[in-house]
Amino acid sequence: MNALYKHRLFWPIASLLALIAINAIARPQFIKVTVRDGELYGALVTILKDSAPLMLVALGMTIVIATRGIDLSVGAIMAVSGAVALTIIDGSGSPDNLATVLIAVVVALLVALILGAWNGLLVTVLGIQPIVATLVLMLAGRGAALLITGGEITTVNSAPFKWMSGGYLVALPVAFLIGLLAITIMGLIERRTALGVLTEAVGINPEASRLAGVRARGIIWGAYMVSGILAGVAGLIYASRISAADANAAGVFIELYAILAVVLGGTSLNGGKFSIAGTVVGVFIIQTLDSTILFLGIPSAQSPVFFGFVVAIVVVVQSPRVRTALGSLGGRRRSRGTSGPSTDTVEVAR
Amino acid sequence: MMKKRFISTIAIAGAAAMALTACSSDPEPGASGSAAGGGGGDGEVITVGFAQTGSESGWRSANTDSMKEAFSAENGFDLIFNAADNDTAAQITAVRSFINQGVDAIVIAPIVEDGWDDVLTEAKNAGIPVILEDRTVSSPEDLYAAWVGLDFEKEGTMAGEWAAAEFGDTETKMVVLEGTTGSAPANDRATGFDAAIEGTMIEKIDSQTGDFTRDGGKSVMEGFLQNYGVDGIDLVYAHNDDMALGAIEAIEAAGAVPGEDIKIISIDAVHDGMQALVDGKINYIVECNPLLGELAAGLVKDVLAGNDVERTVYVEDQAFDQAAAEAALPDRKY
Repeated sequence: MNALYKHRLFWPIASLLALIAINAIARPQFIKVTVRDGELYGALVTILKDSAPLMLVALGMTIVIATRGIDLSVGAIMAVSGAVALTIIDGSGSPDNLATVLIAVVVALLVALILGAWNGLLVTVLGIQPIVATLVLMLAGRGAALLITGGEITTVNSAPFKWMSGGYLVALPVAFLIGLLAITIMGLIERRTALGVLTEAVGINPEASRLAGVRARGIIWGAYMVSGILAGVAGLIYASRISAADANAAGVFIELYAILAVVLGGTSLNGGKFSIAGTVVGVFIIQTLDSTILFLGIPSAQSPVFFGFVVAIVVVVQSPRVRTALGSLGGRRRSRGTSGPSTDTVEVAR
Repeated sequence: MMKKRFISTIAIAGAAAMALTACSSDPEPGASGSAAGGGGGDGEVITVGFAQTGSESGWRSANTDSMKEAFSAENGFDLIFNAADNDTAAQITAVRSFINQGVDAIVIAPIVEDGWDDVLTEAKNAGIPVILEDRTVSSPEDLYAAWVGLDFEKEGTMAGEWAAAEFGDTETKMVVLEGTTGSAPANDRATGFDAAIEGTMIEKIDSQTGDFTRDGGKSVMEGFLQNYGVDGIDLVYAHNDDMALGAIEAIEAAGAVPGEDIKIISIDAVHDGMQALVDGKINYIVECNPLLGELAAGLVKDVLAGNDVERTVYVEDQAFDQAAAEAALPDRKY
């Protein structure tokens, strides 16, 4: 039990379960999952499905943050990627053709990759601070997306493109499976090869890792490219959700929610140690919180306050100092808490 | 100086980003193209500076097009166009530069209501009349010549009256997709609608903001559908077409038929919305007419000629049911 409690994902997962429990008590149909025409349907499935764009962006953000960086341009890259894909599909004259859609997707992802590489270039070769380097694209990218769509919302009626967000495969939403695929690939590459350790080394001490022979430049550059392409996929899913490229609204503030998800998952903004599983839990916390606001019927004007309040609670509960303080206050009944801050968390909060 | 360097950096980066994406760009000069004034002319040409909010929606693009058309060279105007990308400070700077350039008249679609006193006073002192378009300002009335725009509350009332006539006698459970919290169209469209359905059997069971976007409308509608079930909702009132289009996606994904199982009322009448109305997925749309150009141009000419003008000019809005939409769609400009 103690080991479980000490695990660094204990508090994030506990927060997520608590949120789900509150929803389930308030409205029991929240946890009801029904099967309709061989497809799962229900509030929890919707959370899995709708979390895909944030999941992809947050995964990329995790790696970038691990290198001591930050990527503010992800929302703009989403807008560009959606705009590129839909402009191609719209201009093709055969929106239902699978080949057209594939070309559009590939071109959009290439553009996203190039934009990510541009960020990496500014950060690694030119040595610009990540927050400034990616701010450039954050501000300019959305304008570029608007130029591509000519300032309009490009709408297409394309079944194959819509399948990306609305389709199902083995009873599960395709969007969720894309997210799952990204999690798996990231997990395998970062944790089953040395890349994860090298990334952490670069984040903890770039100079020391350079002296130890780690090629920091390539690792950091790669992180921004991964973030760019994941944002590109997120942009496609977003555009597919509404069958339209809404360059003004696509991915607005998603960079901040992604950073929040990474932090909720226990990865420090100081770089170094990162947790992909933590980020996944963080994303689900944010998405569930979004649904909670709808489910509890919190008025629009108050929902940002509610959101901020819950996030504040989750962050405070995770803080090692608060946990120590709670532990010593709580006496015997809270004896489990007196074990103090776990070594993991201390490292994370370094 | 820091700021200047920063902005030039962004400009360079922006140019680079555009070059990178140029493969599929369609460089229509719609977003921020400017028609720089070519000097004073013969005194016959009226130089007008237009400070647009930005290009945030289909409605706004149609509005910009209408203004550009009305203030064209053929009509005797030289238009200096600026789109501020929803940045209030940038918009005030643009208006100030119009004053410095010595334009004959200034048209502003203010992004926000407050903070206009100083720059409007400068324009007044320079003897340049200001016409407000679409949105209003909180400044004293003598600082601008006239306002032309839309009556959002009446749009809500028209939508509500139709709902009351169609569904008022049967028990109807309605959900509302609100516009951006605190914005004038969201507030006024809600007020007008609520007043019109008062005393009928239409019951508002929930209301949430979808931020005027398609994705917002879809997300909120998904939540409503899970909360109340397809059978628990009879009517959706969306404060704009984009949110209604998002709601259609959500309703279809839930296995119901929009326009039949769940009726939809919306405001705006942009092209995609009208198409959905023709397709039977939306039941009623009240227009929010973006074609303010001609009225604004007329006001500018009248004010410069020294004629008395109405201080507040409302544009007439129409409303469409499915049959009317089918008739109107082919000739629509937006």
